[in-house]
Amino acid sequence: MSDIIRRDPRAEWIARNRLHPLHAAMQSQNQTSWMGPNGIIRKNPHAIAAGFIGPAGLKRIDRSGAQQGTAGKRSSASVEVQLSLHVVEQPAFHICVVPDMVGGRLSSHDKDLLGLARKLAGESGAVLAVLFGEDKENAFDTAGVDRLLRIAGDAFDGYAPEARVLALSAVESQLAPRYWLLPDSRTGGGELGRRLAAKLGERPATRVWQVAGEQAIGRAGSGQQDIQRALPRLILAAAECAEPVSETRHEARTLELGERIAHSLSRIEDLGPVAVDPAQIPMAEAEFILSGGNGVKDWKLFHQAAIALGATEGASRVAVDDGFMPRNRQVGATGTWVTARVYLAVGISGAIQHLQGIGACDKVVAINMDPGCDMIKRADLSVIGDSAAILNALIERVAAWRQEGKRDAA
Amino acid sequence: MKSGFTTSFPGLHPGYGDTMTDLNIVALVSVGAHPTSGRPRRAEQDARAVELGLRLAGQNLQLLHAGDPQAEALRGYLGMGLEQLDVLEQPEGADALPLLVDYLQGSRTQLVLTGSQAETGEGSGMLPFLLAERLGWPMVVGLAEVEKVENGVAQVLQALPRGQRRRLKVRLPCVASVDNAAPVARQSAFGPARRGQIEAHEVTVVGDSLLAEASLQPAKPRPKRLKVIKAKTGAERMKAATARASGGGGQVLKDVSPQEGAEAIFKLLIEEGVLR
Repeated sequence: MSDIIRRDPRAEWIARNRLHPLHAAMQSQNQTSWMGPNGIIRKNPHAIAAGFIGPAGLKRIDRSGAQQGTAGKRSSASVEVQLSLHVVEQPAFHICVVPDMVGGRLSSHDKDLLGLARKLAGESGAVLAVLFGEDKENAFDTAGVDRLLRIAGDAFDGYAPEARVLALSAVESQLAPRYWLLPDSRTGGGELGRRLAAKLGERPATRVWQVAGEQAIGRAGSGQQDIQRALPRLILAAAECAEPVSETRHEARTLELGERIAHSLSRIEDLGPVAVDPAQIPMAEAEFILSGGNGVKDWKLFHQAAIALGATEGASRVAVDDGFMPRNRQVGATGTWVTARVYLAVGISGAIQHLQGIGACDKVVAINMDPGCDMIKRADLSVIGDSAAILNALIERVAAWRQEGKRDAA
Repeated sequence: MKSGFTTSFPGLHPGYGDTMTDLNIVALVSVGAHPTSGRPRRAEQDARAVELGLRLAGQNLQLLHAGDPQAEALRGYLGMGLEQLDVLEQPEGADALPLLVDYLQGSRTQLVLTGSQAETGEGSGMLPFLLAERLGWPMVVGLAEVEKVENGVAQVLQALPRGQRRRLKVRLPCVASVDNAAPVARQSAFGPARRGQIEAHEVTVVGDSLLAEASLQPAKPRPKRLKVIKAKTGAERMKAATARASGGGGQVLKDVSPQEGAEAIFKLLIEEGVLR
């Protein structure tokens, strides 16, 4: 809650009234003047100069000796806002949402989708979220999930689209949800939704960005046209298709599937992720970029660091113009606009063109000599110092960590 | 370049494409539209599918299109070095799926390559999935490379977001769609494009009901999401209105030893999970 400072007129009145039985208790803690043993009034000037916090929240010094301050400031008790609980005891119908759960948590795309589902469910319907495998999310209630169905099992771990589609069609046959909602994303939802559509024989609305009444509007073709159609049962919605739920709490009651899910022999076997050479990843979609600029003096060390960290290399315009890095590695307005999750900038002061290019990056780390440069203002973590020494230390630290990992594995 | 990594990007192996020429591959191609001018052209992802097919099967790659055999843009695919393109003739707005199912069911095709979604029309990206469902074949999304084929099982690399790859084993015959992670299509040459043959096949046309009930319109720019301030009191509203947009900078480590600085950076990298 807010930190509004409130006066307590009664306490002030008691502090003024020496005859009041509570007068002594209302006096400020450190006494400023008292009668000494020889009948002389003693004063503590330090306590007076320390002042007290007045009713407006400002420090006040009262040398008259009649300090009117009451004990500390009074602020309204902070109350956690409890959102109203939306209970659907007997749902008239279900709206089935299959969130992506990237990294085990609801992404913003998932939350938008749950917001859309909530809108479609209205008062009498229930939003059912179907999850596969483990998750780390603990805010299903505020995201708008009425019912939660967790489908676990070895068959659904890793990349198992065929098993998941079978599980979803079991949900379809048991609950017959009014709508199916999946995110039209590259992180799994787009594929799973289309597989499900083919399995159920439903014609989905894809790349939907608006649902108004009984009509869905989605992008068509290469994005130059919109297609408007009656709302189908299966909707693959784009990001920001609706506002996420924010004003209600929901039960997120766990649901169990009545019957066992049919298993079939998977025709696609997942052999796991492949180590990819970071130098070959297109810069625009690289996850982790180590970028060098004018402050880098030892380029050999820079390349070593990129290999040790497993980072894709980038460069500022100065480094490219000076011939230390190829032109296709330039980050910024005239180079590539990057979307890395972590951008490690070494010796880059942060020209505005460069900062534009890294606008979409999540975390920016700067290593620089100059504590006042623009890159430091943008960065989430900055280390001021010599880049060569810090890179060397970083290489050592990472090498030690990899050694540890190997020892643990062995 | 770096021997420690398994390079997974096609086109880097010397002698790539010498093997697997006995594979029967069909690439489904469509007429695309330029993203800016809207002019007909070979579709970007379909061309990538053709490129992948050419690397796998060379001249044995078969091109298949359902639509108008007169379309000039189809010659763009022939210009990539193929002699023939089969067209199942149908008017605009007809359903391509039954024709393709009929055609592929009778053939000895082992791998069907497609793009992820069409550049014109609905562009729902459903065709490869429906095709796989009707044929009863497995479906691979985002095929980046076929590593090997043994005993009717292909080992392939699948493209994931952020340039990552996943290795899959899939039983043939199968349908595979490619996206922008597949190899870039080679340039289309004018001479071969003129010389190539476009073979039209007469088939029964099946209509598509969608366009009767849906309407296509020029894309509207999407509304920008507004920052909604849910303040109950005036003070909160004032605070929200005057608060600086950016979070006021991060942590700055000054006068620390290089080791301490490196440790802080290392901790952040571990937290973000980018060190592998």
